[in-house]
Amino acid sequence: MPKTFRKPEALSDAQTHYCPGCTHGVIHRLIAETVDELGIRGRTVGIAPVGCAVLAYNYFTFDFQEAAHGRAPAMATGMKRVRPDLIVFTYQGDGDLASIGMGEIIHAANRGEKFTTIFVNNAVYGMTGGQMAPTTMPNQKTTTSPFGRNVEEVGMPVKMAELLAALQTPAYITRQTVIRPKYITRAKKAIKQAFTYQMERKCFSFVEVVSTCPTNWGMTPVEAVGWTEDTLLPYYQIGDVKVPE
Amino acid sequence: MAKVLMKGNEAIGEAAIRAGCKNYFAYPITPQSEVAEYLARRMKDVGGVFLQGESEVAVSYMLFGAAACGERVFTTSSSPGISLMSEGISYMAGAQLPVVLVNIVRGGPGLGGILPSQGDYFQATKGGGHGDYRLLVMAPASVQEAVEMVMAAFPLAEKYRNPVMIIGDGLIGQMMEPVEFPDDLVSEPTNKDDWATNGMDSRNAGTPNIVKSLHLDSKILNDLNLTLKAKYDRMKKEEIRYEAYNTDGDYRVLIVSYGTMSRVCRTAVDNLKESGFEVGMIRPKTLFPFPLEAIRKAAQKDSCKAVISIELSMGQMVEDVERAVQGKKPVEWYGMCGGDIPTPEEVMDVVRKLG
Repeated sequence: MPKTFRKPEALSDAQTHYCPGCTHGVIHRLIAETVDELGIRGRTVGIAPVGCAVLAYNYFTFDFQEAAHGRAPAMATGMKRVRPDLIVFTYQGDGDLASIGMGEIIHAANRGEKFTTIFVNNAVYGMTGGQMAPTTMPNQKTTTSPFGRNVEEVGMPVKMAELLAALQTPAYITRQTVIRPKYITRAKKAIKQAFTYQMERKCFSFVEVVSTCPTNWGMTPVEAVGWTEDTLLPYYQIGDVKVPE
Repeated sequence: MAKVLMKGNEAIGEAAIRAGCKNYFAYPITPQSEVAEYLARRMKDVGGVFLQGESEVAVSYMLFGAAACGERVFTTSSSPGISLMSEGISYMAGAQLPVVLVNIVRGGPGLGGILPSQGDYFQATKGGGHGDYRLLVMAPASVQEAVEMVMAAFPLAEKYRNPVMIIGDGLIGQMMEPVEFPDDLVSEPTNKDDWATNGMDSRNAGTPNIVKSLHLDSKILNDLNLTLKAKYDRMKKEEIRYEAYNTDGDYRVLIVSYGTMSRVCRTAVDNLKESGFEVGMIRPKTLFPFPLEAIRKAAQKDSCKAVISIELSMGQMVEDVERAVQGKKPVEWYGMCGGDIPTPEEVMDVVRKLG
């Protein structure tokens, strides 16, 4: 019988450390499929963040660097400036990118650096144990907002895609999710588009992926999907926010 | 090549290019901004990379990314900027990346001032960032020496896979002196295929390279730190550089001084000699590794009554001088740290009282 489904060459055989119901694995796979389909494994370098994906380099079969918290866009800048032929992507969570790394991502985007950022937004700090993130929803309970996020004290959740799209420099900015098969297909298309823009040296490309964290949300994986649809997606709306001309 | 008159900061930028480094990332800060201004134009001529980062924090990671791809890269900054880069420097030391950094030191703490200082001795030699690491630190006393140290820094950084810092006070950056760029200090980058993330196709490899400083396994992290220590121990064996001045005969006082301050001390030594008062001087050219043995031996001379560390700080290098002398002779300190530089007469007055 012919094989109709196989593990991408760009994915390793390493056993996952991600929690049940976490969407990192799906996103990893979409990146690996993209790298395979574009035939760029031999010139791709990924950058792992600080956070749950800190060990991302274990799951791919191409070169990787490990960043300090939030600094991946600066590293990607250095890499692309000295080796424009490499395909470089940062893989960052919401604490990493939208909090401590806010400066680095904004300036890299504004310079129009020709790399790709995969921004995994699950509205919480995962690795450190479920603390409040800049993307945590109003009234959402976390270990550092035990009574719910009080927007009077800490402001509204940051919409990174819209914030970056406000910059005048051309870019590809899109928000996707992977909580249902129909969304996964769209997310895959967006990730491939982002890498394609990079290969064409056209613009900075940014794919926000609204994701689940059942462990730190205190939900079953199924409940987490429901909460994402009911609470996150109305605020973090799916679709292209900015496309280059 | 004939000598040319150049400002220290511009000569430092040119030296890096001559040494074969065409990648520069930096953030403006007085008193070193002329390096960036010079290279913003010059990198265009040579087809190199110039980028003004959004902060010194970001710059340190631009260096990380570029160096991890196997390319030669450098930056220049001044004290508060180096504080901000210290996070990245720790990561670069942990990931064993060859990077060259120049610190044109200004007064501190905090914003301090913009005049010459040597107040970053501790930061440079004892680890400004977190963790168990060292930089190879060189301190020039002239624009010519700054050029030579910058050119030598790239192969040294590659030899040890470790960041190298050149630490000059504001005067080294700001003054103009005749310089030449020695051909014998031009070097080819080493092959980095065994560790660099330069893309598997670039090195015909089937397995990925990973550049990181994270080691969650206690044994692996311990082993990494032992590897780093072995490198630092090797530096102590192979890289100590210093100048001994007027130490052949007997002397009543031994001065230890580096950088701009050592040039004033040299004049003081010469003037005192004319009056029949002999003073020896050890001028460290490397601050890490530090010339402990040379200072220890020079202090042991029977005629030597005291040792004095003269520096543009409130007494930092003096702690290493004490370590060298091991209590065998009195160790004193003299210096200023607001930006003024002691005159030869002031140094002579202090030294005379010791001998």
